[in-house]
Amino acid sequence: MSTAEVVDRRRADAPQVSRPPRRIPSTFVGVVPLLVMLAFFVFPFLIMVVTGFKTPADIFHAPPKFWPTQWTLQNYAAASDSLPIGRYLLNTCLVTGLSVLGTLISCPLVAYSLSKVHWPGQKPLLLIVLATMMLPPQVTMIPVYIMWSRLGATNSYWPLVVPAFLGTPYLIFMIRQFMMGIPDELLEAARVDGASQFRIYRSVMLPLCRPALVTAGVFQLVWTWSDFLGPLLYLNDPKKYTLSVGLYAFFSEHDVAWGPLMSACVIFTLPALGIFLLGQRFFMNQMTAGALK
Amino acid sequence: MASKRPVAKARLRNSLVGLGFAAPFIVGFAVFIAYPLVASVGYSFTDFNLFQTPTNIGLANYQAMLHDDRLITSIKNTLLFAGVGVPLNIGIALVGAHLLNLPVRGQPLYRAMAYLPTIVPVVVGAYLWRWLLNPQYGFVDHLLRMAHLPDPNWLLEPGWARAAVIILSVWTVGGTMIVYLAGLREVPKDLYEAASLDGAGIIGKFRHITWPSLTPITLFQSIVLTIAYLQLFAQPYLLAQSRLNESTAGPGDSMLSYSMYLFQSAFVNLKMGYASAMAWVLFLFTMLLTFALLGSARKWVHYVNG
Repeated sequence: MSTAEVVDRRRADAPQVSRPPRRIPSTFVGVVPLLVMLAFFVFPFLIMVVTGFKTPADIFHAPPKFWPTQWTLQNYAAASDSLPIGRYLLNTCLVTGLSVLGTLISCPLVAYSLSKVHWPGQKPLLLIVLATMMLPPQVTMIPVYIMWSRLGATNSYWPLVVPAFLGTPYLIFMIRQFMMGIPDELLEAARVDGASQFRIYRSVMLPLCRPALVTAGVFQLVWTWSDFLGPLLYLNDPKKYTLSVGLYAFFSEHDVAWGPLMSACVIFTLPALGIFLLGQRFFMNQMTAGALK
Repeated sequence: MASKRPVAKARLRNSLVGLGFAAPFIVGFAVFIAYPLVASVGYSFTDFNLFQTPTNIGLANYQAMLHDDRLITSIKNTLLFAGVGVPLNIGIALVGAHLLNLPVRGQPLYRAMAYLPTIVPVVVGAYLWRWLLNPQYGFVDHLLRMAHLPDPNWLLEPGWARAAVIILSVWTVGGTMIVYLAGLREVPKDLYEAASLDGAGIIGKFRHITWPSLTPITLFQSIVLTIAYLQLFAQPYLLAQSRLNESTAGPGDSMLSYSMYLFQSAFVNLKMGYASAMAWVLFLFTMLLTFALLGSARKWVHYVNG
């Protein structure tokens, strides 16, 4: 790879309008692998979308053809006929919505305590938050399941939603890092005016933290939306299924309803993807900032 | 002297406020982390099927692990997934970051494209790859046939089934790649200029500038990826999922990961005690490996600020 040279080139040419001709080939050498790589990432996704619009004749055609001979919506109709897709979608929205709400209530509260309230427990608690991030969920999974089962709360949304209201360590840490960047003087001004800590938190801190809160909300949303293990563990009534566990209904003993399955996959992916694209530019920076430091 | 009491009072008030704000996490930690941690040690010494009261059996669960063939298979598979997957992920992320850094039109779009698979729900990703890897109608074998390469029955042959698990995991390498890309942009440009003046070639610049600058990221990503691979669950579970038997794990248990077997032990075979013991072994092994990686850092990680 012409790596270092490429970096060198970036600096050498201003916004890629015209570059000296002799330099083109080596960039070009990198473009081919770039395209191959992007194809690996995007092509499967395109197949999913296109398969969702194919007739069975096109889907079960060997060798496979990328482009359908005939576009059809029958898979979408079949998907919603054979499965309560609408219901799964609603269930998924409910669980996701509540989890995001929980995260947005709890995480900034804890983050505020870990950044702006100067008290002796701050450091130890921060260490606990960090240690919790490293803990494999497998270790707590079984006792937590037993606990919920004793409370008679398996096969309900409680186990999927309650933890978010008690804070997600990773997101607490992310918001805390953001709050650390906000100067104490801004809060002092309000304190001098006699505002209580909670007033300061609500009317000064929270508005200033909006970027971090949006990022945290999007992260929680994408996680809960795609979560598989939680619903797999706790939901056994098909009426309560989320999309993650509901889609398996397209598999039967001997074959798979690939067309309807792919159309359902599109329905499942689009909301998370839409939110991601809306916030992409915005939280790409946040994310890497956390990972680099 | 007179001001001492108000100070103490203020400190106490601060502590109460601090505790108050942190209360959700403190409760959550107690209920969902601390208690389960302790309980899980306890369960690991018992025979417990969820319905009867646990009976103490001492170290029997840990002893049984030594003679459990499926467990040994699952350990072998997991070590294979991690051993191949982690370096492969790091390598592809590193090369990919350089490609995404090429001065070509549409850079932000390409970045988003690389990140796309990580947004796709894991269930969707797995089912999609099951379709792509379909020997008759899938595109992967079609492309392989066009290139006159072998066209395996992916999910029906043990070796290829394991490869499929790794392909599915590598498909979501975009997150690591983006972090490397950000790291690449932080490398001071004047270092490259100085190296050019010294007559360093492309490879020399990578070896002496790019790679050392990226070693802190590489350390962090290696740890994160190793932990993730040791816990690999959804990918093999979904690729192997079959209605016939809830405890399938691909041909000859080829896709049985440690976490998958832990899940089956607990929730299919209802051996809660045994699964708890398995969880602790996983936890201790993960910690050991993490500290080993951190310990190795002195030898190969370069920190700019000392």
